[in-house]
Amino acid sequence: MSLEARTDSVTFTVNGRAEEVRVAPRRTLLAALREDLHLTGAKEGCGVGTCGACTVLVDGRPVLSCLILAVQAYGRSVETIEGLTRDGVLDPVQRAFIEHDAFQCGFCTPGQIMTLQGLLRRRPDPSPEEIRRALDGNVCRCGAYLRIQAAALEIARTAEARRSGRPT
Amino acid sequence: MPRIVRQKIEFEGRIEERDVVIEGDDLPAWGPAETFTVVGTRVPRVDGGDRVSGRARYTADLDLPGLLHAAVLRSPHAHARITRFDAGAAERAPGVRLVMSAANAPKIPWYNGKSWLFDPELRYAGDEVAVVVADTAAQARDALDLIEVDYEALPRVLTIDAALAPNAVPVHTEGNVLGGPERYERGDVEAGFRRADATVEVRADTQDVLHHSMETHGSVVHWSGDRLTVWDSTQHIFGVRRQVAAALKMPLDHVRVVSPFMGGGFGSKNGAGKYTIIAALASRQLGRPVRLMFTRADESQAAGKRPQSAQRIRLGATRDGRLVAIDYRGASNLGAYRAIGSPLAGPAKELYACPNVRTEVVNVFTHTAPCAAFRAPGFVEGTVALEAAMEALADTLGIDPLEFRLRNYAETDQVLGRPYSSKFLRDAYERAANAAGWERRTPTPPRPVAGHGRRRGVGMGTQIWGGAGSPPAYAEMRLNPDGTAEIRIGTQEIGTGAKTALAQIAAEVLTVPVDRVSVSLGDTELPYAPLSAGSQTITSCGPAVRMAADEVRRHLLDAAASVLEAASNDIRLEAGRLFVAGVPERGMTVAEVAGRMGNFTLAGRGFRAANPDGVTIRTFGVQIAEVEVDLDTGEVTVLRVVACHDVGRVINPLVYASQIEGGVIQGLGMALREEHVTDPDTGTVLDLGFDSYAVPRSSVIPEIVALAVDKPDPIANNLGAKGVGEPPIIPTPAAIANAVANATGARVTSLPITPAKVLSALGRLR
Repeated sequence: MSLEARTDSVTFTVNGRAEEVRVAPRRTLLAALREDLHLTGAKEGCGVGTCGACTVLVDGRPVLSCLILAVQAYGRSVETIEGLTRDGVLDPVQRAFIEHDAFQCGFCTPGQIMTLQGLLRRRPDPSPEEIRRALDGNVCRCGAYLRIQAAALEIARTAEARRSGRPT
Repeated sequence: MPRIVRQKIEFEGRIEERDVVIEGDDLPAWGPAETFTVVGTRVPRVDGGDRVSGRARYTADLDLPGLLHAAVLRSPHAHARITRFDAGAAERAPGVRLVMSAANAPKIPWYNGKSWLFDPELRYAGDEVAVVVADTAAQARDALDLIEVDYEALPRVLTIDAALAPNAVPVHTEGNVLGGPERYERGDVEAGFRRADATVEVRADTQDVLHHSMETHGSVVHWSGDRLTVWDSTQHIFGVRRQVAAALKMPLDHVRVVSPFMGGGFGSKNGAGKYTIIAALASRQLGRPVRLMFTRADESQAAGKRPQSAQRIRLGATRDGRLVAIDYRGASNLGAYRAIGSPLAGPAKELYACPNVRTEVVNVFTHTAPCAAFRAPGFVEGTVALEAAMEALADTLGIDPLEFRLRNYAETDQVLGRPYSSKFLRDAYERAANAAGWERRTPTPPRPVAGHGRRRGVGMGTQIWGGAGSPPAYAEMRLNPDGTAEIRIGTQEIGTGAKTALAQIAAEVLTVPVDRVSVSLGDTELPYAPLSAGSQTITSCGPAVRMAADEVRRHLLDAAASVLEAASNDIRLEAGRLFVAGVPERGMTVAEVAGRMGNFTLAGRGFRAANPDGVTIRTFGVQIAEVEVDLDTGEVTVLRVVACHDVGRVINPLVYASQIEGGVIQGLGMALREEHVTDPDTGTVLDLGFDSYAVPRSSVIPEIVALAVDKPDPIANNLGAKGVGEPPIIPTPAAIANAVANATGARVTSLPITPAKVLSALGRLR
């Protein structure tokens, strides 16, 4: 059997649930999420790691899921945009995106939000410059960049205010 | 009583006469004194929850039982003939179900009869040679490498100059110019120049620009018996339906096109692609649903582009700053196929008052990828030439460029010789100039500056565009017994916020909150609506939605009248409550009245009425860019763009500002960064994807101030609104180019304005 034809079982956690998929060695994490687990929130914008639309979190860090293999996710914790909404309630970043009109066509939005989630976990109150840099790998062809930055800044200010005990 | 009316319709910068169906009279327009509770407010997008949660299903997100996947083999040559084609190895590869090519595909005319779905003669690098359909996308792509093709390379023309040269290789049998040169003339241009005290001549060359929608082009198709459903990433579901039905010789009612969410188009998705037809043919043959989505590399080669232009403009003015002559020539490189030319001369003909104008536009075919409409086609390019020349001439005359523009303010449409429905460009100039601090502008250095460090400058661009919308468009509304209302209209939500604006209009009429209204769109089973292009979605669809809601409102008044035992015209509807005039306590809510109907609905229908006769409807606007130029590196940084547009009544200021920002950012990319590069020797595409094509990213975005005149157009349509999709891109590159000139004294009008071009214009490169 050729290497490409063989499949391996990969177990990992996706949005807190244990999952198992059988995938060819070269199947990307993005393809496994979209095709095998039917989680289509992460998008294929380029397939070669240049647009950020496929960003998900692996062990809490933003990763371009088109650039890693599904087998590399073995034993790890993967979070996708679908995992942010709990019982139909949107996460604060998602709510800020709506309030600030931080998307137009919405195709890049899951990737933008997951990139921000990764940043905010590492640094809960990033500076505007840190926000811009963190999002530089996420293309938005509609040009919602300033709204995305504004949404992120609002989350950051809220976090900072909470830390310093000021009312939000 | 429906009637057919011949109307002059503007679309994408061109005016044509068309028969349109008009069903009756329009509602009175919402005038300037009208008060609103929902329209004109910052309503967050009604589909926001879908888009931020991953719930929104785009075309490639659709999974169907037995779905097969397709990949496209493209021509490596700019011009070639296929001499041998062998797909045997590919057909035997794992998972492969079908290889379709000129060898086995039906001969379906394409590109207005100039070619075929699969043409053995290939006219651009990227032209479709074959399509593989397989169980997985990876298998389909792998099998492309196994197809053996021998090509006979043929002579090619790649540039405007080469295509127009004597004895140039003809791209098509009728030659390399689409329909001959397009000429326009008024007055006596030579006499005008003789009267001129000052003249300037500017050359402006703009590059090929790619749309690069985040969602690539593609379709998922599924047959059920002899009926076909197409899920498509498109700006025009009814156009796709018509093209698919024609190509497959099917009745229209057997084709359904669905596009509830789509990931951007910017003009490149205005109809069916070959991919749609190929997927449908393969699916029919294989009895399985087929998905054919472009890769990002496909997108760079065969998804359309804003075509490069070569322009030359000469302006003449008297000492007191009156334009007396405009002489404009432009050429557009359409690529291998295109049915309509680029309206490059639009701004030069109409933007400024000038008695003597002559324009000529030549649209040429070359062996490069076909262009497509791209957000204000022609006008973005044409505005670079005109507005650069205007500021150059103002500098020459020693008149402030804003003052110079105001002295040449066109009060009427000089091309068609009729008034505008409204024009509030003066308001836009005043508000933008105040916000940008235009009075602090320093004069442009008379020659390229010497020295080191950074210099700042400001520049202005003005835009004129259509965005009137037109009939036909239809909408239906039903009001449910629980008081919720549903709008049904076969338009598209391409990211502009159309769905939200339409919900606002309906909610306004019924005086209910927006969350009581849902909008269904993106399906040809809904009432007809036009393509979402030409800044026309709200202006075409919005008035029909208002009318449908108004019919429901009248039914509600009647129903309330019978329940409240009063005459219908004594019933008032305010804040979701129906009551007897003067007796507010005698009333009930919309939901209570609707609930009295049992499980029935109140239905309403609306249509888009005719545009007013004898006037031209235009949007206008101005943008002011402030830039910083590094004299040592030539790098241009845009610091701020102030925009103010006259687009009539603004339905949603939040979404309006998003449109402005998006247009400015795309214009910035075109001005400074983006360039689709065709190898000048081989004709192959050198930028396959985002790694070699510089779309603007988060770190280069300037401050953008989005202002609106926000005065309703009194007669354009029953909303008083005009379109806003395209206007903000139009003046952006021009304003940035003018700001660079103002900063440095060096006028670079070849886009993109790269560091190398800036240094060269400063005399620092040999």
